[in-house]
Amino acid sequence: MSINKPEAKPAVKPGKPWASTPRERALDLGAILLAAVGSFALVALSELKGKLAYAGVFFVLIIVINFIHNYLSRGIASAKDSVASSFAVAGVLVTLLPITSILYAVFERGKTGLKPNLFTTDMKLNGPNDPIDQGGLLHALTGSGIMVGIALIISLPIGILTAIYLTEIKGFFTRPIKFLVQAMSGVPSIVAGLFILSAIVFPITKTPSGLMGGLALAILMIPTVARTSEEVLLLIPADLREAGIALGGTQWRTISQIVVPAAKSGLITAIILGVARVAGETAPLVLVSGGGDVLNLNPTSGPMGSFPFYIWKAFTFGTTESIARAWAGIFVLLVLIFILFFAARLLGGDRNKK
Amino acid sequence: MNNSEAQGPLDKGNEKMETTTPSSLSSVAANAAAKKKPGSGALGVGLEARGIHAWFGDKMVLKDISLDFWSGTVTALIGPSGCGKSTFIRTLNRMHEFIPGAAMAGDVLLNGKDIYESGTDVTKIRLKVGMVFQKPNPFPSMTIADNVLAGLKLAQLKVQNKDDLLEECLVRAGLWSEVKDRLSAYGGSLSGGQQQRLCIARSLAVRPEILLMDEPCSALDPGSTLKIEETISELSSSMTIIIVTHNMQQAARVSDYTGFFLSDGGPGELVEVGPTSEIFSKPKDVRTENYVTGRFG
Amino acid sequence: MSTTAPGAKSANLSTPTPAKREITTKPRFSDKVFRGVATAGGLSSLLLLGLIFVFLAFQGFQVLRSEGLGFITGSNWDVVQDNFGNTDLEASSFGIAAMLIGTVICATIAVIIAVPISVLCALYLTFYAPGFIKRIMVALIDLMAAFPSILFGMWGYFVLMPHAEYWAKLIHKYFEWIPIFKMDVNIFERSPFVAGVVLSTMIIPIVTSISREIFSQTPLDRVQAAYALGATRWAMIKAVVIPYGRSGVVGGAMLGLGRAMGETVAVYTVLNLVYQINWQVLIGAGGNVASMILLKFGEAGPTEIKALMAAGLALFILTLIVNSIANVIVTKTGGKGR
Repeated sequence: MSINKPEAKPAVKPGKPWASTPRERALDLGAILLAAVGSFALVALSELKGKLAYAGVFFVLIIVINFIHNYLSRGIASAKDSVASSFAVAGVLVTLLPITSILYAVFERGKTGLKPNLFTTDMKLNGPNDPIDQGGLLHALTGSGIMVGIALIISLPIGILTAIYLTEIKGFFTRPIKFLVQAMSGVPSIVAGLFILSAIVFPITKTPSGLMGGLALAILMIPTVARTSEEVLLLIPADLREAGIALGGTQWRTISQIVVPAAKSGLITAIILGVARVAGETAPLVLVSGGGDVLNLNPTSGPMGSFPFYIWKAFTFGTTESIARAWAGIFVLLVLIFILFFAARLLGGDRNKK
Repeated sequence: MNNSEAQGPLDKGNEKMETTTPSSLSSVAANAAAKKKPGSGALGVGLEARGIHAWFGDKMVLKDISLDFWSGTVTALIGPSGCGKSTFIRTLNRMHEFIPGAAMAGDVLLNGKDIYESGTDVTKIRLKVGMVFQKPNPFPSMTIADNVLAGLKLAQLKVQNKDDLLEECLVRAGLWSEVKDRLSAYGGSLSGGQQQRLCIARSLAVRPEILLMDEPCSALDPGSTLKIEETISELSSSMTIIIVTHNMQQAARVSDYTGFFLSDGGPGELVEVGPTSEIFSKPKDVRTENYVTGRFG
Repeated sequence: MSTTAPGAKSANLSTPTPAKREITTKPRFSDKVFRGVATAGGLSSLLLLGLIFVFLAFQGFQVLRSEGLGFITGSNWDVVQDNFGNTDLEASSFGIAAMLIGTVICATIAVIIAVPISVLCALYLTFYAPGFIKRIMVALIDLMAAFPSILFGMWGYFVLMPHAEYWAKLIHKYFEWIPIFKMDVNIFERSPFVAGVVLSTMIIPIVTSISREIFSQTPLDRVQAAYALGATRWAMIKAVVIPYGRSGVVGGAMLGLGRAMGETVAVYTVLNLVYQINWQVLIGAGGNVASMILLKFGEAGPTEIKALMAAGLALFILTLIVNSIANVIVTKTGGKGR
């Protein structure tokens, strides 16, 4: 009883019979065209006006056409399904709308201000209202770098230790700490600024400085680093730890020499995401960093500029020149965040493959 | 039962078989005629798989499976783990396509009509070809009664008398006497074996012609397994059942036909199919013999 | 058993069950230090949250004592100075009721707009989208979550606000009969509604990714069971995904609410702050604690700063409560079996 006969057969190719056929796609396209034509006609004939009317009528027509078509060919269940699909697609389109609009606005309005002087000078001699080819954001670049660096130095050990406590030690406090870390990630950024003001600036230093800005950012960064690191450490297989312990290593050696190195790229991702989260924080820096216009590399004394403050000041100044300056600043900031973000994705993708 | 069961007329089925079935299977047909008592189920090919291949990504997992399932019979699919049995039965009701990267080739004919034909309403196919899974999976947010009738709601079907249908399905699944007093309890409150019979009852409510069972007893204790097997025997008089099982004794106990799948590291293939008694007593292929006598697998 | 002597057997039977042995390990010194350090690191979040509370309360104490309950029930913010230019605490009044209620109103509008969009988007990404669209969209939405709030503030002010005002006019035109959409004064600019729209774009990525995560945890066997019963995608979602994910989405929405309540810059640019409780959301008069702090901070004297600290404390407690409830709900959903 042989089922596979030895005779030569044409090679069978893998297929996906469930994928939509050209005919189905043509029908979908037809429905879209019909709805588009219909919406133009309805908007022209009725008193509905404006982009919103086109979009609304188009959406309703698509739903009606799909409903009728599916009801006739497959029945009520399929017709309802088509309505739900239309809504789901609409949800995605509505989400895409602000993203594209934001990216377009930043690119369109920011590109005119991108002059080389932006990266070589500060605002010592210029006000926000000066033409965009004078003055620059060098002080903001260095200031943001220094403050984020300070935040990183403080939040990195605390965040990673918290993650290690949550994943490796699992003591009495695990649940409360998990809860508190989550609660901390919801602390409003302005509250972090007020806290540094009330705890350090008023009673001790009396003057704002870059260090204070860094401390405020650290408070906002700790929960991000802790939570992302926790997720990363949880991905490290348990047998790796057991192997370390079984070889006679202490827990400290196992974690510091086996677990953490294995999670290295993931931990770097956690750091990058933390940096991206705080790089654009505005409110606390307005409160505690002093917001200088002059290049200042000393975080312990004197006001220190930063990206968000530079943008904030130019934006609230409110003239054409200053607003162009603000858009240029946000363009540069967004590019930096992009770079950080894609670096994190790249490393993160690496981690997922392992 | 559905009127569609009568739609697969005997003549047509036989005609089809003579032209397209591999010659090897005509003996199966003869055996089926000999074995099945008259009246215990309409004879005829209910479901035909023609040259089924399946892939996950680039990896071919099933190669050229052709099998006929006769109406009113129980067919068991046996074989070692990873030989593609489950993948195969998932191609029979188009559940295969949910796995990302899945692809297939070949035809599955339900009453002579290809279920993979473009334009086919896949939900209608799954109404006719029901499925019971390895792990009991009642809907925890629904009561026992709602679970049984869930299919009607999901597929927007109308029935005259829901209570009658509810009782009928639970009786056929062998669960009525155990749950009739607590139909409004939640599905999760039942034991594992009861949950699995609840899932069988749930599949029956939409009146499928064919019931696929993917290792339905592998998560259950022996007592529950026995009950499910009784249920299968009861059901086999009125519908076609295809059961994947690891347990050879179970295959021998419940099935009329048995197919043996095997993979030598490559794609899974159908080594041999025939009446269960023959497969277990005098298999034609030496690999089948080795497997059923417990020499490997 | 056959080799055991009969005597031994009977002795065996009479022996009581042995007491469980305690398994103990004496941690090495280095491990003790390590555990101590990690525990200290872990407890830092407790310490920081406690310190935030203590310092804000300490700084705000004077004002809170002087105002009493009036601080959260009154709406006046008047700074009265005596002849020497010092703030007269007795004569001044600090009340943030309008700001607190305004904060809740703006955040609620944001959540009402964002949640349906986010849930639909998450459903699409989990159950409808082809792989490559899903990857692109998830990356875009994560990216949007990383946009700085000042960007939302500027974009909201220059790009979205004109549209939002137009939508407000439409809503007013067609739904005036609903009390909250009435207008006693015809000012559509910088209203709580506009602020809510801007905030909704900020929280859509957050709510979407939480909902997506919860939906993707829907037990596969239940999804398959529904499909195998002939369910369409929507019928499956209604029967399986929504009962499973409902409370998780509620938690995600509350996290969004907490985020919206704590937002400063994006609201500051698009909301007109008025020290009077206003329930008519289309009128250009609203309140927001965080924006008020930022607005007043620049010219505030020492006493007013203390009042701002007290306002910060109120905001801190409010967001802490909302976030805690949200986290409890989300965590519960993630871990539970059904």
